[in-house]
Amino acid sequence: MNILSVLVIIPLLTMLALFVSKGQKFVRTVVTAGFGLQLLCAVAMAVMFLQERAVSDAPMLLCSDTVWYAPFNIHYTVGVDGISVVMILLSAVVAFAGVFSAWNMERDFFAWYSLLSIGVFGYFISLDLFAMFMFYEIALIPMFLLIGVWGTGKKIYAATKLTLMLMGGSAFLLTGILGIYFTSGASSMNIMEIVQTGIPVNHQYWIFCLTFIGFGVLGALFPFHTWSPDGHAAAPTSVSMLHAGVLMKLGGYGCFRVAIFLMPQAAQELSWIFLILTGIGVVYGAYGAVVQTDLKYMNAYSSVSHCGMVLFAILMLNQTAMTGAVLQMLSHGLMTALFFSLIGMIYGRTHTRDIREMGGLMRIMPFASVGYVIAGFASLGLPGFSGFVAEMTIFIGSFEHADMFRRVLTILATTSIVVTAVYILRTVGKVLYGPVQNPEHLKLDDAHWYERFSAVALIVCIVAIGVWPSGVQGIIYDSLAPIVEHLNLF
Amino acid sequence: MGFSVYIILVPMLMFLVIGLGSTKLSPRAAGIFGTLGLSVSAVLSYITAFRYFFAEGLQEGIYSSITAWSVEWLRFSDKLHIDMGVLLDPISVMMLVVITTVSLMVHIYSFGYMKGERGFQRYYAFLSLFSFSMLGLVVATNIFQMYIFWELVGASSYLLIGFYYTKPAAIAASKKAFIVTRFADLGFLIGILIISFCTGTFDFGLLTADNASLAVTSMAGGSFLGLSTATWAMTLLFMGAAGKSAMFPLHIWLPDAMEGPTPVSALIHAATMVVAGVYLVARMFPLYLFAAPDVLTLITYVGAFTALFAAIIAIRQTDIKRVLAFSTISQIAYMMVALGVSGMGGHAGEGYTASMFHLFTHAFFKALLFLGAGSVIHAVHSNEMEAMGGLRKYMPVTHWTFLIACLSIAGIPPFSGFFSKDEILSAAFSHDKVVFVVLLLVAGITAFYMFRLYYRIFWGAERQYEKHPHEAPSVMFIPLVFLALLSCLTGWIPFSHFISSDSVPYDLGINWWIAAGGILVSLIGIIMATRLYRRESDLPERIASRWAGFWNAAAHRFYIDQAWLFVTKKIIFRCISTPIAWFDRHVIDGAISGLGTGTEKLSGAIKGIQSGRIQTYAAVFVWGVIIIAVCVFIF
Repeated sequence: MNILSVLVIIPLLTMLALFVSKGQKFVRTVVTAGFGLQLLCAVAMAVMFLQERAVSDAPMLLCSDTVWYAPFNIHYTVGVDGISVVMILLSAVVAFAGVFSAWNMERDFFAWYSLLSIGVFGYFISLDLFAMFMFYEIALIPMFLLIGVWGTGKKIYAATKLTLMLMGGSAFLLTGILGIYFTSGASSMNIMEIVQTGIPVNHQYWIFCLTFIGFGVLGALFPFHTWSPDGHAAAPTSVSMLHAGVLMKLGGYGCFRVAIFLMPQAAQELSWIFLILTGIGVVYGAYGAVVQTDLKYMNAYSSVSHCGMVLFAILMLNQTAMTGAVLQMLSHGLMTALFFSLIGMIYGRTHTRDIREMGGLMRIMPFASVGYVIAGFASLGLPGFSGFVAEMTIFIGSFEHADMFRRVLTILATTSIVVTAVYILRTVGKVLYGPVQNPEHLKLDDAHWYERFSAVALIVCIVAIGVWPSGVQGIIYDSLAPIVEHLNLF
Repeated sequence: MGFSVYIILVPMLMFLVIGLGSTKLSPRAAGIFGTLGLSVSAVLSYITAFRYFFAEGLQEGIYSSITAWSVEWLRFSDKLHIDMGVLLDPISVMMLVVITTVSLMVHIYSFGYMKGERGFQRYYAFLSLFSFSMLGLVVATNIFQMYIFWELVGASSYLLIGFYYTKPAAIAASKKAFIVTRFADLGFLIGILIISFCTGTFDFGLLTADNASLAVTSMAGGSFLGLSTATWAMTLLFMGAAGKSAMFPLHIWLPDAMEGPTPVSALIHAATMVVAGVYLVARMFPLYLFAAPDVLTLITYVGAFTALFAAIIAIRQTDIKRVLAFSTISQIAYMMVALGVSGMGGHAGEGYTASMFHLFTHAFFKALLFLGAGSVIHAVHSNEMEAMGGLRKYMPVTHWTFLIACLSIAGIPPFSGFFSKDEILSAAFSHDKVVFVVLLLVAGITAFYMFRLYYRIFWGAERQYEKHPHEAPSVMFIPLVFLALLSCLTGWIPFSHFISSDSVPYDLGINWWIAAGGILVSLIGIIMATRLYRRESDLPERIASRWAGFWNAAAHRFYIDQAWLFVTKKIIFRCISTPIAWFDRHVIDGAISGLGTGTEKLSGAIKGIQSGRIQTYAAVFVWGVIIIAVCVFIF
């Protein structure tokens, strides 16, 4: 069987195994084994991809194709290029780390968690628009339950809002996909085939807008981002991790794989509108984060800023900036997952996320605090961490454009790195340093081994990319070459 | 000379060992690891310096740039790539010597100073991290590598300023230092973007070769808002340099940074990191001179103003570390001015040599001053001058070494500061008389406030000391003595034989006319300080009361901090962030929620239609048929 399908089958089997498992120990064993195997499989897939890439020039590798529903010529087509490989690795790491952050959760939680993973992995391997859309929906629905049932605070409100907004995006998407299906000359929904036949230019405009906004909602495109603060705040730790770490990347990936790749002329001509929106998002999210008092809200706004950078870079439509965009997805995924896992540790003990009620945690929980400082440094783009590599690639790439409009926007986007430093250091100073605010906190214990494992795994990945970026950067850069070439034909 | 890469890697390794070991290592072991690592680095850099200056570096009468080691780290596009490497040329080799020497002294000194502190291991880990970053910065082969390490030194400085992280003042200071320099680095980054876009390279060698011809040709023509591309790029680059080197108005973080442990102030905020800005301008000097000479003029004036401004504030400070901090700002500004007034080649490039010379001598005597101050603070447990006085009897070694450093910074021969300051004054004299006069005035003020400091610590009436003040332990005074020796001797180095603007050695003698003027002004400063502060009297107060407004303003550092605070607190927090956060929650989210409630209202309004009553349906049906029939009939 094709290794890519295995990536969908493992979470499926995990989910099925969970239904028959009893007792928390057993559940933990099943989930750890399942997602551990998934991670191994993802790594094996990456190795196979690299081996095959060395001998093949095809844009998509490890392909396989099965007819699914013959009357509409819908196929289950899978295949990966460097970008999807990177995304799959990210998803596998975050999902695995998330299991450890959710160590004390019950069986049903993990069942939905596995279902969500099926959607995520299926989405990244699909080449058929219909299959892609289906997996996309599979990834969104469990979120409602995961937040609504296991969340905290205004969880029903947040879950409903999140789901409805993303469903609204899906409505745009579905229309867009049908538009692609009926206007392109292709006989199937296979992306690679549609690229060959192309879509008439007059239809590209509206389809581009629909699909870009549709995916953009999930990628926190300004002004469709407001589900993010409420949703993240209400979600349990590991769901926040998976959601901000992986699910938001589904949006960026979709904008890139569908909206821009299939509608190149429209992308060239309309990119300025969305560049303005994403440029605003980058700065706006950063400023918005400065005055937040809830740790999760702060991180959510920070995500708006960082994910805005992803879409911003994609729209620059050149190889360097797009490489930066993918790197930023990867980096933001790891970083924000780390952040949420640490916030979860702190919240689980202090039972507050209000930064005004905390202080001096460094003495009380040194591990969690040091982790938080590291995450903060990564987030504000310190060299040695993945964020720096991603942001610099984006800035250099965006600045390559000779026109003043894009350059001024780039400079505007660079100012966000200063604002990021402001809000990160402000929280670090208030929450971790200083005298202990609440004497009750003195009794709290530091992170447990499973929480440590989750954080260390993510930190190792962040540092590895930050210190030795050329490996992963090379994979992405090379995979983008044919795509950018295709874009530049128009 | 490939071994020179280990100068940088060894401290990194030590950082990892101490950092990961953390509390599992005993404090003693952590200190020994750190110090050993730095000793290795120091020995290697002495070997490097010796071999570079006396054997391999000088080729056909020119000091060549040697890339001792290099790897490609990240490739952005076909043209642009970041390399990580070790570039050896006169200024980088000199910096290696300065950094490893001062860092080693600080490592040894900290054994005594930080003894018994909580977080001793963390302290040594951060020191190693800082040394690694700083060494990586100076040997950078390209501007982006420099930027990377530039950010890392900023982060290690942040960590070390905030070392006492339970103290609110330390937290605020560390945050301020990071954010102010980060803001300046934004300029640096945009400058890099512009330069790399135009020239297609980050490499220092390519950028500065042939009088920066690549930059001159590639940046010609373009302009933005009335200024040429080159001016923009180099001004922005200077903004980064000004941030790190605490030039007005970005100097506000440095005095506050004194909240860190005193040895850290000696290393980072006096000798090494704060001169990174000067180093950057020196590195890019050909670009400034040939591509954007107007920016060089800007540097001169900003430098001259900062030198005077900081010197005036220094007179009025009562915290001994803050006096030294403002003195550092003023002296670094001196170096900036020297670069600003420099030309290219031989005697025209005197300013360049002088700047690097002053950087070199200043590093040692300023580190000595800080370590001496640390020794005093260690003895009396306070930073305030009020708590000191008459300490010369109790702390003879500290007293004598401190005096040597004071004489050195005041520019009295034969101490090192005299030689380098004289060169700067002479370079300024031949370039711009106004700047020369300002610098001369600053020299006098410097002598005055340094001796005010000296007298108020070591002379005057004794205070009621809680514990009997005592001389520092030997691990602390050995570095003092060593640095004092360097302060006496380094001035005699014929610097122009090693470092010059075009890497060609030349002879540069002392200009005795200017030297005489400098010494005279300094002596006046010293005599005034002696008259006012040697014995306690109310004379200083009476003089100060004549210009009460001015002195108050100086004591409040001319309210620059308040101005910045206004910008950040009032404008950024109140006028930008808070409205954005409100707008997001109420307008954008309100619109989305409005959509939700609107849908709900609408469905509430029309749900009556679907009532389930057959009679209503039948009535609607009948009326509908009738209306349609009538319509059909009429049209």
